[in-house]
Amino acid sequence: MWNEIIVLIKKEITLEWRQKYALNGILLYVVSAVFITYLSVGAKQGNLSIPTWNALYWIIILFSSVNAVAKSFVQEHQGRQLYYYMIASPESIILSKIIYNTLLTLVLALLGYTVFSIILGNPVQDQPMFILNLLLGAIGFSACLTMVSGIASKASNNATLMAILSFPIIIPILLMAIRISKNAIDGLDRGISLDKLFTLLAINAIIGATAYILFPYLWRS
Amino acid sequence: MRAHWWKVLAIILLAYTIVAGLLFEVPRLPILNETIRALYFHVTMWFGMILMLMVAVAYSVKYLRSGNLKDDDVALEFTNAAILFGVLGIVTGMLWAKFTWGDYWSGDPKQNAAAIGLLMYFAYLILRNSLTDVHQRARIGAVYNIFAFAAFIPLIFILPRLTDSLHPGNGGNPGFNAYDMDSKLRMVFYPAVIAWTLLGVWLSNLRIRAKRLERKLEDKIINQQ
Repeated sequence: MWNEIIVLIKKEITLEWRQKYALNGILLYVVSAVFITYLSVGAKQGNLSIPTWNALYWIIILFSSVNAVAKSFVQEHQGRQLYYYMIASPESIILSKIIYNTLLTLVLALLGYTVFSIILGNPVQDQPMFILNLLLGAIGFSACLTMVSGIASKASNNATLMAILSFPIIIPILLMAIRISKNAIDGLDRGISLDKLFTLLAINAIIGATAYILFPYLWRS
Repeated sequence: MRAHWWKVLAIILLAYTIVAGLLFEVPRLPILNETIRALYFHVTMWFGMILMLMVAVAYSVKYLRSGNLKDDDVALEFTNAAILFGVLGIVTGMLWAKFTWGDYWSGDPKQNAAAIGLLMYFAYLILRNSLTDVHQRARIGAVYNIFAFAAFIPLIFILPRLTDSLHPGNGGNPGFNAYDMDSKLRMVFYPAVIAWTLLGVWLSNLRIRAKRLERKLEDKIINQQ
């Protein structure tokens, strides 16, 4: 099964690399979103407090990952999906997509972080904690969004559905991530964030496990 | 008549809830005062909602295993009734909050979580309506229903506990938890939970039967031609 997953992840990466416009598009999306934020909040006048920095950062990551992951199940046409259906088990398909999307979200988050640091300033005091939190957030986002994009791809008005189905489900993950990231920015003692990290991990596990169990039923239809 | 005993029970208990809930003696607590009676009409909504959502999830699982549309009807209608209870819960909660906290919406973590939970289930209804094929609608609806419930649980039971809530029993507010939910309150509260839940079951039951009749009628019309 792991071989299958690795092959599928490689396939996703090759595919992404071949159609570079999609990847570049989403990267540009992050940069433009950060820039729009920068201009709208008037960061130059010192209007940006740390909680706002944090919230804006996560909201940008949320929107760009929704856009990045939304295409997981629609970029390839039906015939090829049928082909995958025949040669691979649904479990390895969902796992490979989740892992691939985690990587993608992580790249987006890191890019967003870099751009944020350059133009809005970098208030983060506890870097390793912040990055670890990004990783956990990326896993949660990708597990939830991959599953929802699978669901939304079956219906017609994909873009709206993707947003309304995923936002409420992602809120627990988002809120936990925002709280941990606030602690990391303030450089608080790591012991304080520890139980929150475990809660985030537990929510990720619940979402991931549910996606893993339910995906075969979705894939079949 | 024998099959309908629970409906009679529902009516008796509801009558009891309303009469006893409004007239019985209640403990005098600071801030809460007489509004403590909201316990019978507001808190019970959430109990009913969560119980009905559990039934809906159970039937969604059953549908995924059996592929029988009848199971999907049950899941959908129980979710509908749960949404109704949820909306009533939010509205009664807001009214109560106006008199105790001073605002309809105070950004209390439980209030927010409940609103997000409702958004989740409204999205469920929209998802169902955007699919046209009956079997696909049932299958994908069931998948999302289970997925949403898995996210609903941490939202309702874990997150609000991490921060202080304005709700009675949290953050040093007087409440009806362990230490001061006295027997007088319990005497009405438990029957009220049962009464409202039974009413919800009754409501969904009627809608399920109407739906089945509708389907039968459709089949008949199609077969005639």
